[in-house]
Amino acid sequence: MPPLIELRNVTKVFGGSIKDKDTGKVTVALDDMTFVLEEDFPHIITVAGESGSGKTTMLMLLLGFYEPSAGEVLYNGKNIWKMDKEETKDFRRNVQAIFQDPFAVYNPFYKVDNLLSIPIKNFGLAKNKDEARSLMESALTRVGLRPEETLGRFPHQLSGGQRQRIAVARALILRPKLLLADEPVSMVDASLRATLLKQIRDLNQELEIPVLYITHDLTTAYHVSDYILVMYKGSVMEAGDVEKVIRDPQHPYTRLLVNSIPWPDPNMLWGQAAEVVRGKSITENRGCKFANRCPHMTNMCIQSPPPLYRVREGQVAACYLYQGSSVIERADLSAMFPKREAASVKS
Amino acid sequence: MNNNKVLLDIRDLKTYFYVKAGTVKAVDGIDLQLNSGTKLGLVGESGSGKSTVALSMMRMIRPPGTVQGQINLDGVDLLKLSAEEMRRMRLSQISMIPQGAMNSLNPVMRVKDQVFDGMIDHGTNWASKKEREEFLAELLRIVELPPKVGMMYPHELSGGMKQRVCVAIAISMHPKILIADEPTSALDVVIQRQVMETITRLARDMNLSMILIGHDMGLMAQSVDRLAVMYAGHMMELGDVKEMFSDPLHPYTVALIESLPILGNRGVFKGIPGIPPSVINPPPGCPFHNRCNRMMPDICPHKAAPYKEVRPGRWVSCHLY
Repeated sequence: MPPLIELRNVTKVFGGSIKDKDTGKVTVALDDMTFVLEEDFPHIITVAGESGSGKTTMLMLLLGFYEPSAGEVLYNGKNIWKMDKEETKDFRRNVQAIFQDPFAVYNPFYKVDNLLSIPIKNFGLAKNKDEARSLMESALTRVGLRPEETLGRFPHQLSGGQRQRIAVARALILRPKLLLADEPVSMVDASLRATLLKQIRDLNQELEIPVLYITHDLTTAYHVSDYILVMYKGSVMEAGDVEKVIRDPQHPYTRLLVNSIPWPDPNMLWGQAAEVVRGKSITENRGCKFANRCPHMTNMCIQSPPPLYRVREGQVAACYLYQGSSVIERADLSAMFPKREAASVKS
Repeated sequence: MNNNKVLLDIRDLKTYFYVKAGTVKAVDGIDLQLNSGTKLGLVGESGSGKSTVALSMMRMIRPPGTVQGQINLDGVDLLKLSAEEMRRMRLSQISMIPQGAMNSLNPVMRVKDQVFDGMIDHGTNWASKKEREEFLAELLRIVELPPKVGMMYPHELSGGMKQRVCVAIAISMHPKILIADEPTSALDVVIQRQVMETITRLARDMNLSMILIGHDMGLMAQSVDRLAVMYAGHMMELGDVKEMFSDPLHPYTVALIESLPILGNRGVFKGIPGIPPSVINPPPGCPFHNRCNRMMPDICPHKAAPYKEVRPGRWVSCHLY
């Protein structure tokens, strides 16, 4: 059976043609990315990186909002840009997203019911109004909202946390096979963040919906996800088991990120973040993309991009510091995210 | 905490907005003291009133809002000054980096002109053009920007650089107190750290008192000396930052700290159930009582807890103490 969704050698460039990719004239947002996700994968994978790392581009490609400059995005083995109407509808239903801004997804002129009733109508999920109503109510209850306090209200009457939970409820109504969450808690208050993340985690575990959690916040990534993919300028820098990657990062870029996390503990202050600033792009788009800022740069780094080295079981890093280790092909990256039988994370 | 002189003394500050739906008690009687050279963090959820405190201090609350109480800065009650006297205080004595400041830079003015604008308005004169340029270069250097930034326009700068320009403007007249409202909320984690390190270094070098407003407890733990926790317009707890994290007293502070992601205990989520109360015609009693796990039904829903000093430098507003 083909995987649920697959990025096959996908490159996305902005500001010009793919032919100019190596000239430095265009922005390469995602660079030759291959990524496979199976169905019924009860894990959360974090895609982490700073702005400009390509994480949002990856999301837009997976949702079919951007067309790849090269390569293919496959859903059940079919290119999403070549599917017929029925297949597209199936794709739209099964791949759902929660976005960052809990204000922007609502039309302020409509009651919040609208967000829930439209998918029910479009996909014919209910035979009549009562059935639609009970579907909406059960989805809201599921995310910890009281339907009588939520339905019939306008978006501005609800808090950011409530609105974001309705967005989760909307995705839930459709019983998707994949949930993409783009910074779902970055605009939600601290006291509600943990609750919202727990709900996403519970949905992922109980319904076995794989979740791609896209964020720059490594602290929430550490808590909510099983695996992590650290991106920089469109390429994977480090990937693997989240516990290993965050606790003991191997790539100099991941180390810089992890050392910059403001941990909420005044006794655990920011450590030394090793970063150097060299002039503009010494690698001429050939070598490692991080070489410009890397304290360990060698000549090798500016010649050709490093492959992914298996630094230990369950952790790979694209860095020549680990030359002695075995190499895994970028195309086999998903092998770093094995499906585990029992949920390894307590909830 | 370089010396123990009280620089800022806020007493019973009440900022109310009279609107059609009722009275919004955005800040409802808070007391706050700050010593010179101290960095204070002011945390709270959205709607807790933390930004309103800052705007009240700057006297930038407009009708239908009203401000009552006392805000003593170095012995001067800011609320008693005339509009013109207050205008002279801003920037030179008390300076603020508002939320999203970096997006409020004038897009058609060079950075240096934006830096000089306020200073010239406050009567700063330079003997020569050379002296002025030297001043600018020095100011940019202390916020870690290259001198050429002075000639640039905001669109030529990255987010982190724009934020540094805002810091430069805020400290240009060497104020006694700097208020920074979420100065790094739109920045990436690495840039956030670099900007924060610059701000805290400046505060130390210039012996500047600072109020850092935000909701990120992690950032507070890294940056401030004292921490104040606000909730629904009330001050819940105030103390030294290390003590606040190691031994939080107020149940809200306890819950807030427990809800934070720390290293270890992966996958354990402890949210705070419920949502904050409305500040429009708020119910009597402690504002946190309906979410509190140590609520005492006899007293908490009926009577607001007094804000008192339970040990030196440690204030809490809870009936448990």
